[in-house]
Amino acid sequence: MTEYKGVMVYAEVTDGKLAAITVELLGCGRKLADELGEELMATLIGRTVSNLAPEAITFGADKVYTVEDQLLEDYQTDAYLPVMARLTGEVMPQIILLGQTEIGRDLAPRLAFRLETAATLDCVDLAIDMESKWLRQTKPVYGGNARAVFLTESRPQVATVRAKAMSPPERNTARKGEVIPFTAGLEPAAIRTRVLEKVPQAVAEIRLEDAEVIVSGGRGIGNAEGFQQLAKLAGLFKGAVGASRPAIDNGWVPDVSQVGLTGKIVTPELYIAIALSGASQHMAGCSGSKNIIAINKSPEANIFREARFGVVGDWEKVLPAFTDKVRELLTE
Amino acid sequence: MNLIVCVKQVIDPEAPPASFQIDATSNKVIPPSGVSAVISPFDENAVEAALRIKDARGGKITVISLGINLLREVVKKPLSMGADELILLEDEAFADGDSHSTAYALAMAIKKIGDYDLIFCGRQASDWDAGQIGSGIAEILGLPGVTLAKKVDSTDGQAKVERITADGYEVVEVPLPAVITVSNELGEPRYPTIKGIMAAKKIEPVIWKPADIGVASSRVGAAGRRTKLLKLFPPVQESKCDLISGESPEEAGVNLALKLREAKLF
Repeated sequence: MTEYKGVMVYAEVTDGKLAAITVELLGCGRKLADELGEELMATLIGRTVSNLAPEAITFGADKVYTVEDQLLEDYQTDAYLPVMARLTGEVMPQIILLGQTEIGRDLAPRLAFRLETAATLDCVDLAIDMESKWLRQTKPVYGGNARAVFLTESRPQVATVRAKAMSPPERNTARKGEVIPFTAGLEPAAIRTRVLEKVPQAVAEIRLEDAEVIVSGGRGIGNAEGFQQLAKLAGLFKGAVGASRPAIDNGWVPDVSQVGLTGKIVTPELYIAIALSGASQHMAGCSGSKNIIAINKSPEANIFREARFGVVGDWEKVLPAFTDKVRELLTE
Repeated sequence: MNLIVCVKQVIDPEAPPASFQIDATSNKVIPPSGVSAVISPFDENAVEAALRIKDARGGKITVISLGINLLREVVKKPLSMGADELILLEDEAFADGDSHSTAYALAMAIKKIGDYDLIFCGRQASDWDAGQIGSGIAEILGLPGVTLAKKVDSTDGQAKVERITADGYEVVEVPLPAVITVSNELGEPRYPTIKGIMAAKKIEPVIWKPADIGVASSRVGAAGRRTKLLKLFPPVQESKCDLISGESPEEAGVNLALKLREAKLF
């Protein structure tokens, strides 16, 4: 009987580079592989990706599988899934890690179902159970109101990891590793979907994930105009504007501004939450912020449970005075 | 068009977090008193997606829900919004499943329905946030799938889906039948109308047990799980908010700015 061995990271690529989540996964995967005394593997899939293999090695991979094909230019389930299924079927890693991104969310469950095993999505902690050697997978559930620890008692154990839940490892340029090309073997006819168009929704110069300061608004802002006041404050800090789900659903701000369990996960220095109750599913996206500041008319609002400083009051009165004072202090 | 929507009954996720309690011995959530069950919000988005296609193209919407103690007034909500039929996979054997055993049961029920063009699911349920049912159904039935949809339209044996990506969205074309998982960016689901509520009252749900969909009880619910829940616990939360006040809301705003400056936060 062949044995399942090693940890494999699906190495996602953004803008021609290893995605930030990929580096985090390599760090976490390295630790798990060391605990098991096994190898860490990375898999790069795309049209041209093999140039990134040395990078994956410097971040901890022992082996990098590269799969290049023009049919793999865009992520599509029907293209990437058979490649991952065939590769993992041959290599037989006992753990497969992916990022909790729009790719990982799609690929991980399909892969697990195809390999007749199971996946756990959105993990924030992973550890090897020292007795059983199974992977303990911790993930927030009930919109962040609770955490659950799961074991998948079949191999490979598939998990996706939340952005910024794991710290990125240091680069070690002295590390050596092996690069192994793998043939995609795809039939064009097997890809049933077609990407017709990609529509970027640029909101500002600063992406939410990169912003040091985020000014976020919720249902209480009431309309799109209100968000312009938030944008003014964000502008003073050279920050970005975020929003909770109700504000998105009402169309007051573009979809890409959503912070939360099903939106962006952000970790700015300063997160200013205005007229935002702080539902668990929103906090899931921002509780990693260094400092949360809350302005809300209800003293009972959940946001005050996680905020460092707060004002209980009507945001329409508090915010303009706050913004003016910030502007004054910044020009001093 | 034959449209199927899978919906789940959950504890209202809008309930105040303070009311949230866990029974540590059973690793289960204690349903808070006075908080009603609801359809998981993303599943309502999925119902809305199906209704928009029905509005534009015509067709029939069949809703499936799996669980135990399904409250009729809750699971009938999609009917009052405009769906046509309701199938309940209601049996003790279906209880406490994981993504695998639940997707398997739903897929087998869909197979029994037989005639379908589009299957809709919410992107994830608000209780376990697993986010795998749609993908699982697609995989078991061998169908193409598109996840994280914010807009769906369908003509000529194809569906055109706007799929959310990190920096916007992509437009994906998929042949029918297909599975689509729907996200909140689709927009607010409609409210039931009085007429809809009256119509829903007259519709009797069809109840299917494991044998009705040709599956062994050992393959569904808790018995069919592939994942084991070891522990369910509340996250650590520190309450340390320093509330800044003032004679007026404006003054409180000024004082907040001064406080943040003093704490060197900007």
